[in-house]
Amino acid sequence: MKPLTARFKLTYSEFNLAVDLQLPSTGVTVLFGPSGSGKTTLLRCIAGLEKAPTGYFEINGHCWQDSGHNQFVPTYQRNLGYVFQEANLFPHLTVLGNLQFGLKQQKKASINLKENQELLELLGITHLLHRKPDRLSGGEKQRVAIARALLLKPDILLMDEPLAALDNKRKQEILPYLIHLHQHLSIPVLYVTHSPQEVAQLADTLVVMESGKVIAMGGLTETFNRIDLSFSQDKAASSVWQVTLLQHEPEFHLSCVEIENNRLSLPLINAPVGTGLRVQIYARDVSLTLEAPKATSILNILPARVKEIKNDNHGQCTVRLELGSQSLLAHITQKSAQVLDLRTGMQLYAQIKGTSLLG
Amino acid sequence: MLTTADLDALWLTFKVASLATFLLLLIGTPLAWWLARTPSPAKGFINALVSLPLVLPPTVLGFYLLILMGPSGAIGQLTHFLNLGTLSFTFAGLVIASVLYSLPFVVQPLQTAFNSIAEQTLEAAATLRASPISTFFNVVLPISRPGFLTASILGFTHTVGEFGVVLMIGGNIPDKTRVVSVQIYNHVEALEYPQAHWLAGCLLAFSFTVLFILYSVLKTPPQVQQLK
Repeated sequence: MKPLTARFKLTYSEFNLAVDLQLPSTGVTVLFGPSGSGKTTLLRCIAGLEKAPTGYFEINGHCWQDSGHNQFVPTYQRNLGYVFQEANLFPHLTVLGNLQFGLKQQKKASINLKENQELLELLGITHLLHRKPDRLSGGEKQRVAIARALLLKPDILLMDEPLAALDNKRKQEILPYLIHLHQHLSIPVLYVTHSPQEVAQLADTLVVMESGKVIAMGGLTETFNRIDLSFSQDKAASSVWQVTLLQHEPEFHLSCVEIENNRLSLPLINAPVGTGLRVQIYARDVSLTLEAPKATSILNILPARVKEIKNDNHGQCTVRLELGSQSLLAHITQKSAQVLDLRTGMQLYAQIKGTSLLG
Repeated sequence: MLTTADLDALWLTFKVASLATFLLLLIGTPLAWWLARTPSPAKGFINALVSLPLVLPPTVLGFYLLILMGPSGAIGQLTHFLNLGTLSFTFAGLVIASVLYSLPFVVQPLQTAFNSIAEQTLEAAATLRASPISTFFNVVLPISRPGFLTASILGFTHTVGEFGVVLMIGGNIPDKTRVVSVQIYNHVEALEYPQAHWLAGCLLAFSFTVLFILYSVLKTPPQVQQLK
């Protein structure tokens, strides 16, 4: 499949968007960056909700915009799915009416519920079909909005911070649905967020944006761990590793995975040996020691090299470590950093207190 | 009891108000939509123009219309050119005057209804393959139903209640321009108080019933500035 080409230039009073991207034609590509970085504007340009004076976008041989040839396909003629921050369900229609809205526009027969049963079940909305939107919770509304977009069998799914308007509990309720969707969809998904948590859980490809420009792009594990970003000092900062399942130790309720010729123990994983997995390690769960500890309860101790040290103004120190080609973030106190006399290039050991499995 | 002349006046009033309301919805809907959505600097000017009947004495509006529709007025010349004769003192003239007089009562509730529809709702419709026209008919109109109910009722009742404009441009011609409000005035002039009581009572009962239904049915009834 050909990659998608997205080139846009747009200027507002104090804001410039200038991107030239080749986006993968499968998987979830997360557009990540602080607010005002232009990620939503980029998404809106792709959808045609915003008309960039200079722009080019092509998908599956369909050109949606080519300002060079004065071509601009209006949003309603683009085969896309769009999920907004707010669900934006039509208040005068039931859930079913909302789901059928797009199909009716195309003069297609009304939705075949049997055929789409799987999708509705995946999103957990089969029991809501005859309710009006005002009788749904925030999470339910957003799930209906996702189903409404997907029922049209779009060529691409655009999601603009679909979880941002939900409280934490609802977020945790909806994330599993998104992860499941991710595994079932064959179309590319462009997902805008400023939450590192969502990036870690959903992204295959990561595009990092700042003040209207793309500052980094690549596979999740490289990009997420490599770049020097403000979010590496965030309390919830973490590293993500792509690992392979080595063996199970059911007697200890543990599974063993391999990363860069090192072994890592995780709580028992229900998957066959050899499976590729994604694990997330919070920086706050990583501590450093200069010598390999001999007697310790911590199972995961990996040799590493200090790549970068950064102090913040609150006594915290963010250390970026290197394990072969992988990188790992650690949060320690500035006092500890001084006691250990940390310097870049130093060899030491990272003790990992906890890991969580993603996806 | 009501005389034949009274019944004629009632029937004429009903015809004028119905036709005017129909025309008002036809003109008012696109006008209100434009006013609710446009970033154009002309918006303030048009808004002020539409709202004029709210503050002008009806006689002022009637006076200008009389001049304009008269044989030497711009509209009068046009209608003459089109072989339609003069509009003043005719049923058609009365309907046109009513439309202008009641315009803000239809445009403002519609504008309020349209304003309350979030831009994103329309964008969501576009991402679901709805053309702008389909969005208007399948999203905007159904969501704005309470606004249309308010606009129709206010437009109709306000037209029924007009007096000053009618006197200025319609006069007092039986079956053509003699509406209920004028007929009541005639009765009072002739000291026929019982007749006046009957007609006035009819209008009072009608207006109250309609407003009572409006305020009972709607979750968000029209506000004072919409009623005047």
